[in-house]
Amino acid sequence: MADERRLDGNAIGGMMLELFGVEMTTATEVCRTCGTADVVARLEVYMDAPGTVVRCVHCKAVLMRIVRGPDRTWLDLSGLRCIELPGGTE
Amino acid sequence: MRLSRLLWLVTRVTGAVEETPRVRTLLLDANGWPGHRAGQHLDVRLTAEDGYQAERSYSIASAPGDELAITVERLEDGEVSPYLVDEAREGDGFEIRGPIGGYFVWEDDGRPVLLVGGGSGVVPLMSMIRSSSGSTSIRVLYSSRTLEDVIYREELAARAGERLEVFQTLTREQPPGWTGYTRRIDAEMLREIAWPVAEQPHVFVCGSTRFVDAAADGLVALGYEPLSIRTERFGATGG
Repeated sequence: MADERRLDGNAIGGMMLELFGVEMTTATEVCRTCGTADVVARLEVYMDAPGTVVRCVHCKAVLMRIVRGPDRTWLDLSGLRCIELPGGTE
Repeated sequence: MRLSRLLWLVTRVTGAVEETPRVRTLLLDANGWPGHRAGQHLDVRLTAEDGYQAERSYSIASAPGDELAITVERLEDGEVSPYLVDEAREGDGFEIRGPIGGYFVWEDDGRPVLLVGGGSGVVPLMSMIRSSSGSTSIRVLYSSRTLEDVIYREELAARAGERLEVFQTLTREQPPGWTGYTRRIDAEMLREIAWPVAEQPHVFVCGSTRFVDAAADGLVALGYEPLSIRTERFGATGG
């Protein structure tokens, strides 16, 4: 049965746009644990914890943890091997 | 590199439409709004007198270029939706930012479209329907609990025609004479409605997590490539 707490990467589009300055739901990430590439919109997202937890759809490993406070943001990307953002030098 | 910093804009309510007992559309003054693409959402931020702020995301219901509108479902334990559905009046102000999202977005390229929505998951799909040129074939499968819960009921009926086929299922209660489906979306229903995979349709599925998972699984069982199914899940709580 589906866990209704589980959202997807569309739900963090606003927060990611704020943090990275570019549209991120179409960015491609690679999971450090299983090596699978996927677009951010398709990732599993849990927003009911004190912070936001993003997991790999394939191996369920934690990819990102984001905690926001009144005057700072804590961003743990240690579950990612890499992430490819839109926009280059042009 | 195109930086698109998100700025909060003050908007004012310019009108409201009661869609169902739990759902309302708010028309918003779009002064400063950069425009959007069909399927995108925006964030709403409310600030209380003591400075407490609450932010939530809502799908944009209007077509690009039309008067900006969001359609909001009241969640009983929500911090933002009860205000938007029950209290906001014409002239009231709050902050919005956006547009947000680049994945759950439709560009009309003439390929057929399948839209699958559960409950208020129909909202971003309605933006797509409203923005259609009319020459693209669109099929909509829309699941609601009861007839009273069907959002945009009259507009969908009015728009339905050769290019827009609307299929509905009422999962909890059906009125006398109901000719639509009467069960939750499943593979068999999708088999009857979905375009053949060979036609390379665009597919958008939006609703609760359980709804989206069921619809996506059903489409994959029909042979749809998982990556061709664009999904957006919203939570059952917290709005």
